[in-house]
Amino acid sequence: MTYQSRADLGGRPDPRAVVPEPEDELFHAPWEPRVLALTVAMGATGLWNIDRSRAARETLANYADLTYYEIWLAGLENLLLGSGAVQPQELREGHVLQAAIPISRKLETGSVAAVLARGSPVSRPASQPQRFTVGQAVRTRAGQPDHHTRLPAYARGKRGIIERVHGVHVFADAQAQGLGEQPHWLYTVVFTAAELWGEPVTPDAPRSVSVDAWEPYLEPA
Amino acid sequence: MTDHDTHPKDDHEHSELSPLELRVRALETLLTQKGYVDPAALDLVIDTYQTKIGPRNGARVVARAWSDPEYRSWLLRDATDAIASLGFTGRQGEHMIAVENTAGVHNLVVCTLCSCYPWPILGLPPTWYKSAPYRSRAVTDPRGVLRDFGLDLPESTGIRVWDSTAEVRYLVVPQRPSGSELLDEAALAKLVTRDSMIGTGVAQTPGSAS
Repeated sequence: MTYQSRADLGGRPDPRAVVPEPEDELFHAPWEPRVLALTVAMGATGLWNIDRSRAARETLANYADLTYYEIWLAGLENLLLGSGAVQPQELREGHVLQAAIPISRKLETGSVAAVLARGSPVSRPASQPQRFTVGQAVRTRAGQPDHHTRLPAYARGKRGIIERVHGVHVFADAQAQGLGEQPHWLYTVVFTAAELWGEPVTPDAPRSVSVDAWEPYLEPA
Repeated sequence: MTDHDTHPKDDHEHSELSPLELRVRALETLLTQKGYVDPAALDLVIDTYQTKIGPRNGARVVARAWSDPEYRSWLLRDATDAIASLGFTGRQGEHMIAVENTAGVHNLVVCTLCSCYPWPILGLPPTWYKSAPYRSRAVTDPRGVLRDFGLDLPESTGIRVWDSTAEVRYLVVPQRPSGSELLDEAALAKLVTRDSMIGTGVAQTPGSAS
């Protein structure tokens, strides 16, 4: 086992309060919007996909010590190095030492609005029959796979109910490993708080948590 | 990660800037010189999320749902199309679901794995949404999290937490506040706070809106 996500925080003990913030407070340092924009623009080059970028961030050794845009910055640097777009010496010295590698597209001013408005839909045509139906009981896969995944640790090996069917979506686990899209059926699976946390059942004020889970995460319960 | 921010040339030119500022500037210069990014396009991305795409978009969606029963059913049935009909589409909102608060159930949205958030209707996520305490506690202690926001729900209210673990993004439709019956859509939208569309707040009551 070599892959370790440091971003899978759901259900971890954390005594700290959540600190609300005004709606117009978007950035806390002048460099933060530049990192946001660099990340968006480099994402548009097609050198990597969103799941690879999530993997690059969540595996940072010092994830817990960084602010959010510091995580984005370090993740971006690692993606640039990993893809060969930038050489370590270039990053250290801040100027070009080697020719650029080919990119699929460059985000230009004329296309920003259209690119943002289009996004990157991940729904795909179905090539396999849908395995589960709404109302069906399922159990999630147990254990930590040795790669990026989107089934949180707290929801592994748990019994839940299929609540919604979203269609067939690009499979994050495959895309993050560079294995192509491998689209699978995606479902909303809802768990009771009793199932997840072993709390007493409270029928009068039920508490539940759902995740969106691709079919390979699920087995019939 | 790197110590290129201590490069003597940069030190000389940007002696007032923080190490992070220098590191980001150096990176932007490098990526620009390599032809990967256009600084003017970066400016436009930032301007878009500072002035065009933010929670006022989502507030318009909610106000329409409060005013128009047909729109409300469309939103609850096919949020992606219903939201697109108001002109809000794209990055980080390609696949939308709207969930409605009722007297019996309060919805709360989180991304425990990173910071997934419906950008076209809410803009960029606030710091707390991306923070460890929120992502850790929203699933185990939603009532406690809501109290951090000054929201004390009755014990009889059920709480449903939506963890955004795939590319589906969630919009909470807060309950329409009492006393808002005579308001038009524009006035209703002013009652809809960002936090009420994530579930860490409720809509403001008429008269208390800023």
